[in-house]
Amino acid sequence: MALGGCRSFSALAELPDTHQILRQTCRDFADRELTPIAGRLDREHAFPLKQVQELGAMGVMAMEVPEELGGAGMDYLAYSLAVEEISRGCASTGCVVSVNNSLYIGPVLKFGTEEQKTEWITPFTTGEKVGCFALSEPGNGSDAGAASTVARQEGDEWVLNGTKAWITNSWDAAATVVFATTDKKLKHKGISAFLIPMPHPGLSLGKKEDKLGIKATSTANIILEDCRVPLGNMLGPRGAGFKIAMQTLDSGRIGIAAQALGIAQASLDCAADYAHKRIAFGAPIGKLQAVQFKLADMNVAVESARLLTWKAALLRDSKKPFTKEAAMAKLTASEAVTFCSHQAIQVLGGMGYVSDMPAERHYRDARITEIYEGTSEIQRLVIAGQILKEYQA
Amino acid sequence: MSGRVLVGVKRVIDYAVKIRVKPDNSSVVTDGVKHSMNPFCEIAVEEAVKLKEKKLIKEVVAVSCGPQQAQETIRTALAMGADRGIHVEVSGKDYETLGPLQVSKIMAALAKKEEAQLVILGKQGTFASEVAFDGDKIKVVREIDGGLETIMISSPAVITADLRLNTPRYATLPNIMKAKKKKIANVKPADLGVDLTSRLEVLRVDEPPQREAGVKVETVDDLVSKLKDAGRL
Repeated sequence: MALGGCRSFSALAELPDTHQILRQTCRDFADRELTPIAGRLDREHAFPLKQVQELGAMGVMAMEVPEELGGAGMDYLAYSLAVEEISRGCASTGCVVSVNNSLYIGPVLKFGTEEQKTEWITPFTTGEKVGCFALSEPGNGSDAGAASTVARQEGDEWVLNGTKAWITNSWDAAATVVFATTDKKLKHKGISAFLIPMPHPGLSLGKKEDKLGIKATSTANIILEDCRVPLGNMLGPRGAGFKIAMQTLDSGRIGIAAQALGIAQASLDCAADYAHKRIAFGAPIGKLQAVQFKLADMNVAVESARLLTWKAALLRDSKKPFTKEAAMAKLTASEAVTFCSHQAIQVLGGMGYVSDMPAERHYRDARITEIYEGTSEIQRLVIAGQILKEYQA
Repeated sequence: MSGRVLVGVKRVIDYAVKIRVKPDNSSVVTDGVKHSMNPFCEIAVEEAVKLKEKKLIKEVVAVSCGPQQAQETIRTALAMGADRGIHVEVSGKDYETLGPLQVSKIMAALAKKEEAQLVILGKQGTFASEVAFDGDKIKVVREIDGGLETIMISSPAVITADLRLNTPRYATLPNIMKAKKKKIANVKPADLGVDLTSRLEVLRVDEPPQREAGVKVETVDDLVSKLKDAGRL
């Protein structure tokens, strides 16, 4: 469904019909099925199993996957719209959708053989199973090239040893894409990607992390102790792991930008609604310039980040380079949501600090977007790297 | 039997929006206000699509009467599984005065033209909470004041959908994509031989009176005497 040439950029001004219906459908789902339960999911740290299954039935868990493999066959612009609307209802659910689509299915779709796609994608399109992505380790997050998890060949098996950290969806996943080094001497060029089903002998999970936000997702270590998988479980060529990870993260960044936009929009909605209703100094506080300036700044921040996100998606859909734009989208969207959620609490005052209103949850959910899938600092390095290339003497 | 079902879908102000009366009391504010498919029309579409999935009928046609924007509502019905749409173009002054009498004439003319076996509409009164086919008759369970009533009707028939008939599906993404290729035919009321002149004239629109606070009483005797004072007993 890629739109061609400069026609695609008119989508920035007004979305195509199908995308408008898609956005409305996801918004209706979020309003009716997610917003009413998001507070409880957060308090109970409860994985939204039923909602993920329903989203799977709609096609949202595998949006880019072709219909023959069980997906919705849509483009990345549609995906960013869906993730934003879902996240606006529940940030945790938006995270599950994003991880499954971009980080788990993404690399298999791009680098997998036809057999691997059927085995590792199709069962993960329905919402019955979700996957996860295991790159970070206790010893390295941003320093992804320093992977210390090893994989050695023994006969017709790969044997993996090591520990992965901060893995989202780990306790709820049925499979993982794992990055391990097959040739330590080659440094980052010696890393390879593997597919491991979960549960599996030799793979165990650490305790669930007790996080500040997105509490309805499970985050834990994945521990590999002589974990054996068939040779056919290597994803892509030997030594291509680092490249696979970086390209996967490029797309994943668009998903996270969309998640951040959803939370930011929810914060803005909350603040604007309150500004109409709360009376102080004899009038609704929306009449006060101090509040107006905050609402204006919040809206500008969200809308700018949204346009960057759409542009990155449109470039990707047109098969043009989009690394810099995806990094810009993720950077601006995550900084926008940190700002918007902070200011929303400020507009609500005391009410923003208690769990009766969703503002405090948005504030906690927002924070992770500046960290995972590449910290804001890494995004700046990626952007700068691209700029310097563009200006190569 | 044509196996064709017509479903009426209406674009209305979204049910979650607070309705405001225009300052000149002529009508309600619609400009810039969020509109969606009437929730009861969603239930009607869902029922029709379900009948098609059960292979009891062959084709679902979504119909809407209104201005250009009514096409969005028809597209939503297509995304839910309707096969094609008919947009009866009514706009401007004609649309402001379009009432139930004119719409029902339009629907009747279309039902005849399309040889519809069944017409399903969103409710205005009570009605069907279950629809099934029994031979060439239709078995309908409807809610009445005293409970449930099961009736057999022959087709063509008109059924209105009650809240408990079904839970409308969310459009699936593949269906949203497919809806793009489905056809929406454009028809004018004059083509159907329907005269749009209104028999009604709106004199004035007002907001409902503000609900006043109630009064609490201590005993039943107090309640009785207050009711008597208010002339209610």
